[in-house]
Amino acid sequence: MTMQPPYTFWGYRRENGEIGLRNHLGVISLVTCANEAALQIARQIPGSAVFTHQNGCGQTQADLELVTRTLIHLGQNPNLGAVLLVSLGCEGIDPERVAEGISRSGKRVELVRIQQEGGYFGALARAGQKAQQMSRAISGLRRQEVGAEELVVGLKCGASDPTSGLAANPALGNAVDRLLGLGASAVFGETTEVVGAEHLLARRAKNQEVAAKLLKLVRELEERVRASGSDIRGGNPSAGNIAGGITTLEEKSLGSIVKSGSAIIQDVYPYGERRKGRGLFFVDSPGREPEIMAGLAAAGCQVIAFATGLGAPQGFPFVPVIKICANRRTVQRLPDFIDLAVSEIISGEEAVEKAGERIFHEILKVASGKATKAESLGYSGSTNIYTTGPIV
Amino acid sequence: MRRKEDQGQEVRWLLLHPSDNTATALADLQAGEAISLERCGPHLTVTLLEPIPFAHKFAIDPIPRGGEVRKHGEVIGEASQDIRPGELVHVHNVVGRRSRGGKE
Repeated sequence: MTMQPPYTFWGYRRENGEIGLRNHLGVISLVTCANEAALQIARQIPGSAVFTHQNGCGQTQADLELVTRTLIHLGQNPNLGAVLLVSLGCEGIDPERVAEGISRSGKRVELVRIQQEGGYFGALARAGQKAQQMSRAISGLRRQEVGAEELVVGLKCGASDPTSGLAANPALGNAVDRLLGLGASAVFGETTEVVGAEHLLARRAKNQEVAAKLLKLVRELEERVRASGSDIRGGNPSAGNIAGGITTLEEKSLGSIVKSGSAIIQDVYPYGERRKGRGLFFVDSPGREPEIMAGLAAAGCQVIAFATGLGAPQGFPFVPVIKICANRRTVQRLPDFIDLAVSEIISGEEAVEKAGERIFHEILKVASGKATKAESLGYSGSTNIYTTGPIV
Repeated sequence: MRRKEDQGQEVRWLLLHPSDNTATALADLQAGEAISLERCGPHLTVTLLEPIPFAHKFAIDPIPRGGEVRKHGEVIGEASQDIRPGELVHVHNVVGRRSRGGKE
């Protein structure tokens, strides 16, 4: 790893040439009913990472398609060296399609069906044997030095406060500009946070077609919210926002968007889609952590940089999540959740650009294997997939 | 922007982008406080005309009624009345163009 140009880090090169920052065996549940078994299988195999969710059955065809593609793209994430899929056997999605989709990335995929393996204990025994074999098979892979352009960084802010828009997000945006300048990629989302500044974001789109995709996502989100009897633009910014110094919705949204830096947006994707090519991308997603972090992981992000004000705790099972905070009180109160303090921007002791440089260096360190706070705690079990249709 | 490391004093406000006509207080600032800013152009001194609470904005340029209010390098709304440098910039003198406020 180098801290001056040319910037490099140590990662795992996969069969398809992509670079993983971690080398986990992924244990992925295909349906809510298989979550318990998947969790127990993962407990048996050290180093495995389990993904559970509340989907996969009893949903509209469109949502089942969305869940299928999300699971495929999660399994393809280069932080996973091999994948064990845990199926109930009668779920709405097709387990074979998910297995086939993931194996297109070149990694080994195994599938265990609880209903065919004699129930819980049968599935545990069968899956445990497969998981042990796969875990040992991937354990021999060594990290190698690669250029910073191999990084795909997911961006998120949550549990925000006035320090987020003023310091943590601008500093993260500066780090993102540095990364993109080196040829790396970044993905952001949170369509709900864009409302009110979508016209400004659309101006950063590569072309009219990409701008139209972004505006359509915002319009569709607003329609869905209105259909449920609410209005994102009504009473927003909230009384609490205004008391915190936020004057308009544009300003509130910009405080969130600023974490994406200033680069051109290459493309806009629906949730669960995997980004293609390099540069900055937008993926449709809500702001809620379990869903957006899964969306970023499915988009191919190997690491997530997460700006927080009041202190969001969660990580993700197989993607390191770096918590960046500019609120000194939060940094002091939640030392076990905050990875990087940028509170000296607020105390006037550090420039945004300097803090951005430190975030950039921290991303390289975590990329090379340094454990995040959430990883060291194992605080990463709250995951889900974002669907919009009714449960049937 | 001036910083502690090069000036030996703390900065108590933040200019987020050189094209902004507002700066943001990083502490509760008092009326009468002189704010010295460096932008791309000439050196700028603004005297605060009223107290500016933490995370609130003050104008660093005159903003005429109907003029653009800028922060983060973008337009965050328009002035609903003339705003002088050093004045608090908030809901009493700025309207957003994109929200419906409390209206449906």
